[in-house]
Amino acid sequence: MRTNDIILQTLAKSFMFVVIAFSFYVFLTGHHHPGGGFIGGLMTSAGIILLLLAFDWKVLKTVIPIDFKILVAIGLLTAVGSGMGSFLFGVPFLTHTFGYFDLPILGKTELATATIFDTGVYLVVVGITMTIIQSIGESE
Amino acid sequence: MSFVHMAILAPFVFTLIVPFLYRYIRQIHTGWFVLVVPVLLFLYFIQFLDGLSMNEPIRTTVQWIPSLGINFTTYIDGLSLLFALLITGIGSLVVLYSIYYLSKGKEALHNFYVYLLLFMGAMLGVVLSDNLITLYMFWEFTSLSSFMLIAYWYHREKSRYGALKSMLITVFGGFSMLAGFLLLYIMTGTFSIREIIAAAPGIVEHQLFIPALILVLLGAFTKSAQFPFHIWLPDAMEAPTPVSAYLHSATMVKAGIYLVARLTPVFAGSAEWLWLVAGFGIVTLFWGSFSAVKQTDLKAILAFSTVSQLGMIMSLLGVGSAALYYHAIDDNIYIVAILAAVFHLINHATFKGSLFMVVGIVDHETGTRDIRKLGGLMSFMPITFTLAIIGSFSMAGLPPFNGFLSKELFFTGMVRVAQLDIFNLDTWGILFPILAWVASIFTFIYSMILVFKTFTGKYQPEKLDKKPHEAPIGMLIPPIILVSLVVIFGFFPNLLSYSIIEPAMAAILPGLLGPGDHFHVHISFWHGWTIELFMTLGVLTLGVLLFLSLRKWNGIYDYFPQKLALNKFYDGGLVLLERSSAKLTDSYMTGIMRHYLTYIFAFFIICLGASIFLLDAFKVDLTNIAPIGVYEAVLSIVLVIGALVTIFAKSRLTSIIALGAVGYTVSLFFVLFRAPDLALTQLTVETISVALFLLCFYHLPEIKQDKRTELRISKLIISVGVGVIMTLLALSSHSTKLIESISSYYVENSYTEGGGKNMVNVILVDFRGIDTMFEITVLGIAALGIYSMIKLRLERRNEG
Repeated sequence: MRTNDIILQTLAKSFMFVVIAFSFYVFLTGHHHPGGGFIGGLMTSAGIILLLLAFDWKVLKTVIPIDFKILVAIGLLTAVGSGMGSFLFGVPFLTHTFGYFDLPILGKTELATATIFDTGVYLVVVGITMTIIQSIGESE
Repeated sequence: MSFVHMAILAPFVFTLIVPFLYRYIRQIHTGWFVLVVPVLLFLYFIQFLDGLSMNEPIRTTVQWIPSLGINFTTYIDGLSLLFALLITGIGSLVVLYSIYYLSKGKEALHNFYVYLLLFMGAMLGVVLSDNLITLYMFWEFTSLSSFMLIAYWYHREKSRYGALKSMLITVFGGFSMLAGFLLLYIMTGTFSIREIIAAAPGIVEHQLFIPALILVLLGAFTKSAQFPFHIWLPDAMEAPTPVSAYLHSATMVKAGIYLVARLTPVFAGSAEWLWLVAGFGIVTLFWGSFSAVKQTDLKAILAFSTVSQLGMIMSLLGVGSAALYYHAIDDNIYIVAILAAVFHLINHATFKGSLFMVVGIVDHETGTRDIRKLGGLMSFMPITFTLAIIGSFSMAGLPPFNGFLSKELFFTGMVRVAQLDIFNLDTWGILFPILAWVASIFTFIYSMILVFKTFTGKYQPEKLDKKPHEAPIGMLIPPIILVSLVVIFGFFPNLLSYSIIEPAMAAILPGLLGPGDHFHVHISFWHGWTIELFMTLGVLTLGVLLFLSLRKWNGIYDYFPQKLALNKFYDGGLVLLERSSAKLTDSYMTGIMRHYLTYIFAFFIICLGASIFLLDAFKVDLTNIAPIGVYEAVLSIVLVIGALVTIFAKSRLTSIIALGAVGYTVSLFFVLFRAPDLALTQLTVETISVALFLLCFYHLPEIKQDKRTELRISKLIISVGVGVIMTLLALSSHSTKLIESISSYYVENSYTEGGGKNMVNVILVDFRGIDTMFEITVLGIAALGIYSMIKLRLERRNEG
């Protein structure tokens, strides 16, 4: 018998965006404030899991049609690639740099190559969390 | 690369083409091709004889590992050349003999000749090497090739047993010898035998001298089948007869003799050397000849006889080392022992080789080697009989053969031991001539058994598989050559003395000669009515009497030697070793994870505890400690309660929830100690892991739910011990800060260099980004591992 989860589903739909938005915030401010790729990735996964709890795998796969294992690979490639990028400038592996730019809407903003690396971390964390939960959840 | 090196390596190189010769030229016996090698080598080595009588050794070097002092240096002096001639000369005869002995169609000839050539090259390497490491390498090659030759008929149980036994014993000795060589290297700083001999006077007082001496002697005794290591030799008789004739009478078993002779100039300064070499030699001589009489297998008689004769040569070398105490060459009466050793070495190789071949012929033509089945073969095989009688009489030491001469010299050497006034020999030395004399009587008896039980007496055709007849001429030629040498050396011993014996003696006793000088050896049949002659007459009389009354007294063998048989010790020792090691392994490799963890933690406690205690490292320094606030105290109490509940909970669910409480308390600690990143991460990770624990809990099968809480004393001790040790360690390390922390660098530079105000994050992604990179790799691997463990359940798929 399937119970009617209308309250849960409605709340999940709205709260999911809040959680994911906060996770982006935590991820992006990681360089200056507590947070970063790891915790941001975990929070994003938490948002996805909220959706999963309210609905089911079928819905999740239509909403987020991603193979999370590939996400792990992309994340690792991003992290390694950001490290390899330093070779182009003739500096040692994983040398980062940063600078301040005036961007159209945001104004004066700091852009750091470390963020690319952190993006890799973020993607890997989302990927592995979801892979683990998916593997365990789908097994009988 | 000189010709000498090529000569040593030639047999090795030839092994490469033997399999092709065997495979593609089937109509010709492979042995004919192989025969070329030893014959050419023999001719090559014989030309050195000229130079050597002038006392001019030849030395050549090829660099191998010069940085370690290991070079392929060859050295040809009288001793090396004597052995090289024996190896190649008897090698040629054995190959010729084996052509007729081994059938072309039935046997795996390529294996046989490859092993034989390997052995020949290795043996040449042993005797011609000047470098100890090279010598050791070739030494182990002889062990290895001998192992393969003994087990040539590997489908037989006994062959494998004999091969394994000889391998274990000789390799044991080989390793000891290597250790001895290394000690010599430590003492002298060189691996070259020449240079070690030159440095020898300085090392006698060294504390490693005696260990080196004993270790080297272990190698020599095991290889040369000295008591009590002789037990492998009789079992090695499972090898084909040409192998027995070659390896186990003429060459390999003399490698130990060679080693002792070669290192005599190094070690002969000590009483231990004389007593060990001479003592073990004389015991081996006695025991071998005593045991040979009871054997019923012809090859077993010869095996024990070889043991006994090797003991004789060994004891002569030991006694001869006394010559080095008297530095004068004139009327140095102990030189005769060395002369006897060298002379008997040659004689033994000739008559023992021929006797093995004779026995092989008997075996080949009658199908048995058991003397209880044989008898009356004289009329069927007159030539073989003649060969056997000459060989045996020479072995027994009867005139006019060469064995008589060396036995006389042997008695002379032994009688003179008793006159020594060093090393207590004046009291115990009298045992040497007595043991030598008794052993000679037994030697006489088994020599007579060998001939007369086989060739005379009653012919018993019903016990034989084949009708006996004379062997083919090719099989007879090698023993004929050897036997004629027995006769020639018997009548004209001085043919040898100038050409080879004198240079060999000069090599063994180098210190006694002045430059350009050489020993003057004259061996004669008749030297007056001396005590040696009366001893020989006594041997002859008693030997004949005992041989004729053999049936009356050989009952003593039935219960006496069986109890003392060393094979029992060997077999029992192996079984014991196997069982006790299995027991030992079973006792601690239980397969129970709990036990292994106990070992690991106990080791941890003992090592750390002992080092803290021994180094006096424990120290508490309270000056640098922050004050404890209320929050910390409360959180600590919560943490301790949570931990205790985790351990003592009656159900799993309680433990899991308590563990979660511990985790959240830890994240609160992170908050308290101002680590926001850690607190956030700890919170989420703890949530996930508690969820995973609950998942595991939910899936645990009903039956295995074990709600008992067992408290074991040992577990308590171990866990409390680990806790205490870690606490002590943490306190001590906090109290002894040896270097400044580097964190100030990060504090100062994280914004200017890394462009971030969150120092933790800057360290994670920028300063120490490579750690993070591999950590996310670890996470990825874990995720893929979980995915594949769950998805790829092959077992279940196979069941379904």
